Amino acid sequence: MARAVVTVPPKAKRGEIIEIRTLIAHRMETGFRHDSYGRPLARDIVTRFVCTYNGAEICSANLFPAISANPLFTFTTVATESGTLAFKWTGDNDFTLDATASIVVE
Amino acid sequence: MSTRRQFLVAAGALVIVSRPSASNATPAMMQEAVRKVVGDAQIRKGKVTLDLPPLIDNGNVIAMSVSVDSPMTPTDYVKAIHVFNEKNPQPNIISVTLGPRAGRAMISTRIRLADSQTVTAIAQLSDGSFWQTSRDIIVTVAACTEEIS
Amino acid sequence: MIGSAIALLLAGLLSASGAGEIAGNERRSGYDFMTAQTRAMQDDEAANPATLWLLDGESLWIRKTGSADVACTGCHGDAAKSMKGVAARYPAFDAELGRPVDLEERINACRTGAQGAPPLAWESHELLSLTAYVSRQSRGQPIVVDGDEKLKPFIERGRAIYERRQGQLNISCAQCHDQNWERTLAGNPITQAQATGYPLYRLEWQSMGSLQRRLRNCLAGVRAEPYPFGAPELVELELYLMWRARGMKVETPAVRP
Repeated sequence: MARAVVTVPPKAKRGEIIEIRTLIAHRMETGFRHDSYGRPLARDIVTRFVCTYNGAEICSANLFPAISANPLFTFTTVATESGTLAFKWTGDNDFTLDATASIVVE
Repeated sequence: MSTRRQFLVAAGALVIVSRPSASNATPAMMQEAVRKVVGDAQIRKGKVTLDLPPLIDNGNVIAMSVSVDSPMTPTDYVKAIHVFNEKNPQPNIISVTLGPRAGRAMISTRIRLADSQTVTAIAQLSDGSFWQTSRDIIVTVAACTEEIS
Repeated sequence: MIGSAIALLLAGLLSASGAGEIAGNERRSGYDFMTAQTRAMQDDEAANPATLWLLDGESLWIRKTGSADVACTGCHGDAAKSMKGVAARYPAFDAELGRPVDLEERINACRTGAQGAPPLAWESHELLSLTAYVSRQSRGQPIVVDGDEKLKPFIERGRAIYERRQGQLNISCAQCHDQNWERTLAGNPITQAQATGYPLYRLEWQSMGSLQRRLRNCLAGVRAEPYPFGAPELVELELYLMWRARGMKVETPAVRP
């Protein structure tokens, strides 16, 4: 079981810069570790993050093994209109995780 | 400011394993990774602030923020922020694509650093220029770990 | 490699005789020994990875399971009310078993007894999530493990383990955590080992873990054979540590290096 915790202010003024925080459950196995038998552990990381605001991409990132497990990622955006922020994470082994948050902009 | 959280389910599993001992990157590998992103362009020093804590509790989880001095208007904004390291097995840390809609050129995350080393953040601006800053950071190894090394 | 370095460092740090407990007003949580960044991680629910386990614990709390097809809510209702103060008094004496049990064992007793479900495995995601969720309801409460007369012999057994030299490095918990806290070992601060925040997210594990897991790490650290999960020695140690931390506030879910 894994989840995403997305923190977005529920309300904002038009033009206000808001902070968006995302936290997801993922081991981010680097691919550089070995088990206790010396066998390499395969890489298993989130590789891409995309955030859209009413369908328009506002931020994206390529992640590498140097990102800690249970990745936290914080960024900002200008509150332009009410609607939906959609978050998508994809990665190794067909990993995919989606989350959404609504925002009311006055 | 009250918060709003949403969550969804995906698959995952937990495994307890031992510490890595992989070959590490070198400053040369980092330079190559930087070249891949920047090409032949000159990288100027400045505009970028790289926040890393002076003391690290654990090299697995290091809070890092990068911000760039930019008005973030449609004609003058930060296109991307790239962060590199020189001693992890892999030279890239994160590459973020922004735009004028960001309002502020600021990203924050938590990273892993395998050893004491230099971390470099490079900002790519809308006018095609590149700016960078570097920070040295000291990383120690935990004293009492799980596995017998 | 690390072990011999630690042995050398320890040779310099350790005195021959025991010096007793830390005075009540000198007791400090591991929180005080961390950097501001790690403290911020613990304090901020939106940034604390343990929140992910808490959310899963919340789901498990309301999920019907077992042959009785009943959820925790069936007996206990709203956890925020019914579980408040519970973790603060665990490990607790179990009359049926005639010995103390920790919260993980208590949860499994509910699973097998009241719910007719199989017990959750030690350190499984489900057991950690449920234990964290239950313990979270005591956050801010003072630890009150001390009342029961029946617990006293077990507290003393736990104390004996804590004060006994063990392992190839031949040191006791007390020597580092009672006598040498505030010093550093291999660049890391030695804390007082106050078990106020379990289950917690340990940066070294990059995962949530129980106090028993941490104690097994400590034993591996002094090159002693770690007791297996569920061993009475571990529960007695847990009991002693919680008694030692009596009056200090529960911090679950904590973040520690």
